[in-house]
Amino acid sequence: MLAYSIRRIFEALIVMITVAALAFVLFRFVGDPVNQLVGQDATLAERDLIRKELGLDDPVPVQFARFVWKAAHLDFGMSYQVKQPVATVFAARFPATFELAMTAALFATLIGIPMGVYTGIHRDSFLSKTFLTLSLIGISLPTFLIGILLIWVFSTRLGWLPSFGRGDTVDLGFWRTGFLTRDGWAHLILPAVTLGLFQLTLITRLVRSQMLEVLRADYIKFARARGLTDRAVNFGHALKNTLIPVITVIGLQVGSIIAFALITEFVFQWPGMGLLFLQSVQSADIPVMSAYLFLVAFMFVAINFVVDLLYVWVDPRIRILGSS
Amino acid sequence: MPLRASKPSASAIPVPPQDRWKRFFDSDMLHAFVRSPLVMLAALIAFILVALAFLAPWLAPHDPYDLKSLNLMDSENPPSWVKGGDPRFWLGTDDQGRDIFSTILYGMRSSVLISMSAVGLALLMGVSLGLIAGYRGGWVDTVIMRIADIQLTFPSILTALLVDGIAQAVLKGSQLGNSHYLILVVAIGLSYWVQYARTVRGVAMVERNKEYVQAARLIGLSSRKIMFSHVLPNVLSPVLVLATINLALAIITEATLSFLGVGLPSSEPSLGTMIQIGNKFLLSGSWWMVAFPGATLALLVLAVNLVGDWLRDKLDPRLR
Amino acid sequence: MSTPVLSVRNLRVEFPTRRGTLVAVDDVSFDIAPGEVLGVVGESGAGKSMTGTAVIGLLEPPGHIAGGQVWLQGERIDTLPPEKMRRVRGKRIGMVFQDPLTSLNPLYRVGEQLIETIRTHTDASPAEARKRSIGLLEAAGIQGAARRIDSYPHEFSGGMRQRVVIALALAAEPDLIIADEPTTALDVSIQAQIIQLLKTLCRERGAAIMLITHDMGVIAETADRVAVMYAGRIAEIGPVRDVVQRPQHPYTKGLMGSIPTLEMDGGRLLQIPGSMPRLTAIPNGCAFHPRCDFVFDRCRTERPNPMPSGASAVACWLADPKNGSPRVDREATAAQAKSPT
Repeated sequence: MLAYSIRRIFEALIVMITVAALAFVLFRFVGDPVNQLVGQDATLAERDLIRKELGLDDPVPVQFARFVWKAAHLDFGMSYQVKQPVATVFAARFPATFELAMTAALFATLIGIPMGVYTGIHRDSFLSKTFLTLSLIGISLPTFLIGILLIWVFSTRLGWLPSFGRGDTVDLGFWRTGFLTRDGWAHLILPAVTLGLFQLTLITRLVRSQMLEVLRADYIKFARARGLTDRAVNFGHALKNTLIPVITVIGLQVGSIIAFALITEFVFQWPGMGLLFLQSVQSADIPVMSAYLFLVAFMFVAINFVVDLLYVWVDPRIRILGSS
Repeated sequence: MPLRASKPSASAIPVPPQDRWKRFFDSDMLHAFVRSPLVMLAALIAFILVALAFLAPWLAPHDPYDLKSLNLMDSENPPSWVKGGDPRFWLGTDDQGRDIFSTILYGMRSSVLISMSAVGLALLMGVSLGLIAGYRGGWVDTVIMRIADIQLTFPSILTALLVDGIAQAVLKGSQLGNSHYLILVVAIGLSYWVQYARTVRGVAMVERNKEYVQAARLIGLSSRKIMFSHVLPNVLSPVLVLATINLALAIITEATLSFLGVGLPSSEPSLGTMIQIGNKFLLSGSWWMVAFPGATLALLVLAVNLVGDWLRDKLDPRLR
Repeated sequence: MSTPVLSVRNLRVEFPTRRGTLVAVDDVSFDIAPGEVLGVVGESGAGKSMTGTAVIGLLEPPGHIAGGQVWLQGERIDTLPPEKMRRVRGKRIGMVFQDPLTSLNPLYRVGEQLIETIRTHTDASPAEARKRSIGLLEAAGIQGAARRIDSYPHEFSGGMRQRVVIALALAAEPDLIIADEPTTALDVSIQAQIIQLLKTLCRERGAAIMLITHDMGVIAETADRVAVMYAGRIAEIGPVRDVVQRPQHPYTKGLMGSIPTLEMDGGRLLQIPGSMPRLTAIPNGCAFHPRCDFVFDRCRTERPNPMPSGASAVACWLADPKNGSPRVDREATAAQAKSPT
C-alpha cells in the first residue's frame, strides 16, 4: 500500500514537472514579458532594469527553478490584460467554477446511477429503450448546442430562467457563493443542467453496461440459486460490484466536468476560470494561460490520486494486493 | 491407431476469395445491418451529408467566400417560407448577408475535412506508436504507454483546447494565414491517438509471442514486415470502430473549438463559427442563424455515432 | 417407496434463436429418491447442466421450459410464480456450480454471504445466523472457521472456496442439492475430497444429490443411480453398478470403454467415432445412430424412448423386446466406421 502510494505520488510529480516545463516555456519564450509590462516606448535602460528585476538574464534552469518555486507558492506573476496578480484573478473566479462543476456532478450522479441501474435490470422495457435512445442523442449533441437550446427554450421563449452570469452572490470573505440567494440558484440551473447532461448520459450508459455484465456473473447466478430476493441480488450483490468501476469513472469525470465547464461558462457567460482562460487566449495573456494549464493539471493529478485511493478502499482484492 | 475421427478444424482450411465474399453476405453482420433500419438510415444520412459537404462548391447557390457578392441589405433575412423571407435564400441569411444554406454546405466541408484529417493523423500516430511499443517492448514501450496513460486522464477535448489555444496564442503575432486549419488538425489529432496505440499495442504484444512470429524472426524476416503482415490485419476492425467513433468526436471538437473562438476565425465558414455568430442574434429572435447549422451538426454527429455504435457492437464487443 | 424428492417428467427446454429453435433438453424424465445420489453424465452440450438449471428455475432467457413437469416432493414447481420459486431455491433445492473462483461475490466476506442466505430463508437473528454459519464452515472442513468467517473469498484457495460454496448451498438445509460439475475446475488432488465432503454432508442432512459431471469415475464412486445423456435426451438410466458394469446402450458402452483402468494392461481405450451432433443438426431417429456400431433401419427413422431393461431403462431399439435384435459383430463394424470419417 505504501509502496503503491509512493509510486503514484512519484508519477504525479513527473506529470506536474512536465506541465510546469510546458507552462514555463510558454511563459518565458512566447511573447516578450518585458514588452508586455513596459509598453513600446520604454528606453533600453528601462528594459534592462526590468529584465534584471524579473531575473530574465539568469541561466534557463535557474529561471525554471524559480518559476516552479513561485508556482508552488501560487505566484504566477501579473496578468498582462488586467494588470493584477494572476493568483488574485483566479481566486476570484474559482468559486464560480467550483459551484457550477459540483452542482453538475451531483445532478449527473444522482440521476445517472438510478437510471443506469433501471435500464440494466429491465433491459428490454420500453422505458429503458427510451432512456438509451435519449442518451445517444445526448451524447451526440455537443455541450454548447445543448446550452444554446436550453437558453432558447427557457430564457428566450418561456422567460423562466436567466441566461447569463451568476446573478446575486453573497461574499463570505474568502468565497463568493451563489448558493445563498434565490437568484443565484436560478442562474445556476441552466448551466448546471447543460454541464451535467453529458455526464448523466455517460454515467447511465456505463452503469447499465456494467450492470449487464455483472448480472451475467457466476456469483449472481449462485446468489439467485441460494434463493436471495431480487432486491438483494440486484441492489446488494450486483450494484456493489457495478459501482467499483463506476466510482473510478465518476471520479475521473470530475476532470472532464472541468473541461466542459469551460464550454458551459462561455455559453452562459459564467464568470469562472474557463471563461478567464478563453479570454486570455484571445488576448494572448500568457501568465493567465500558463497558470490555467498548471492548475488544471494539478486538479487532474489530485483527482486521479484520490480516485485511486478510493478504489483501493472499496475493493478488498486490491487492498490485499497493495499491502503484500 | 485409435478409432477416432479427426475433427477438421475450421480455421486450418484456407478460404478462397469468392467464398469470403459469400461468407460476408451470409454473415451476421450484413444480416444485422439490413435488419436494423435505423442504422441503415443513419449510414445513408451520414453518407449524404458528407457527399453534400464535398460537393459544396458545385451545389451551393452562393459562395460565402466571395465577399463581393455579399450585400448588407440582404443581412438577417429569415428563411424563405417565413414572412419577410427572400426566395433567393432558402434558409435565410446571417448578419453579413451570407446565404445560410450555402454557408452550411461550405462549413460542413471545413468540419468534415478537418475532422477526417485529424482522425487520420490520430490513427497514423496511434497505430505506429502502438506497433512500436508492442513490438519493441522494454523502455520504449514503458515511455510510450506512460505518456498514453497520462494523456488518457485528461479529457481529449481539453487537450485539444489547450494545444489549440496555446498554438493560436503563439502564432497570433506571426502571419501564418491559413494555419488555423493545420493547428486544428494537429490539436484534435494529438488528443485522440491514445486509444489506437493501446489497442494496437495489445494485439502486437499477443502476436509477438506467438510461435509463427518467433519462427519468422528466426528465419530472418524483418520485424517491420512481420508487424505489417500479421499485426495490422488483426487490429483492422477495432481500429475501424475507433475511427468511426472518433470521427463523431472530432466533428464535435472542431465545432466546439470554433464556437469558443479558438478554432477557425469567424470569417471562415464552419458549423462552429456559424453557431457562434448566430448565438449572438438568438436573443433578438433570429433563430435560423443558429437552428440550421446546429441541426446539421447534431444530425451529422448523431448519424456517425449511430453507425459507430453499431459497428462497435458487431465488430468489437470488447470495446463496449 | 416414499415420494421422490424430485420427479422430472418429459422435460423439454428450448432456446429460440434467429435460425430456429434449439431443443437443449428433449423429453427427459427421471426421479430422485430422498437421500439418493443421482449421477448425470454426458459430453458437454448433452443437456445435463441445462436440465439442472431448468429444475431450479434459473434458465437464462430466451431459454425456457417448453414442456413437461417438475415435481418437488409431490409439489409441481415448474409453474410456480417467480416469488414462490425463489423461496424454493436455496431453501429446498441448493445448487453448487462448477467454478468456486467465480461463484462467490468478491466484495462480500464469506460470512456475510452465509448469514444473508440463512436469514433469507429462516427467522434466525444475526447472531444465530452467524453461529450457524461458523458451524457450517466447520462442517465443510474449514480450519479456524470462527476466524475465517470474516475473510474475503479471494483469501481462500480454490478447494477451500468450493467448501465455502458447498456450505452456502447447504445453509438453509435443502432436501436436494444440484451439483453442476462441482470438481471440474479444481485441482485433481482435491477433487476426491470435495466429492467426499459433498456426499458426507448431504448424507448427514438427508439431502439427495443430483450430481452433474462428465467424469464417469466420480459417478462410479459416488452415485447410487446414473443417467447418461446424449444430445438432450436420456440414453440410459439405472443403478450405477448395472450401468457401469453392464452398459446396454451403445453410447454408454463407448463411454465406459473410454475410461482407463488399472486392469487394462496395455489394451487400447475405446473411442466412439465422430462427435455429438450440434443442437442445430440432430439427426432423425435415434440421435446416436450415425455413430452407432449397431445401427439398423429402425434407428434412422424412429426415435427410441427409454424402455425398461432389467433394473435400468434404455433408449435403444436393441433393448426393445419386440425387436429381433440384429447384433452385429462389433469389431467388424467398428473397422468400417473408422475409415471414411
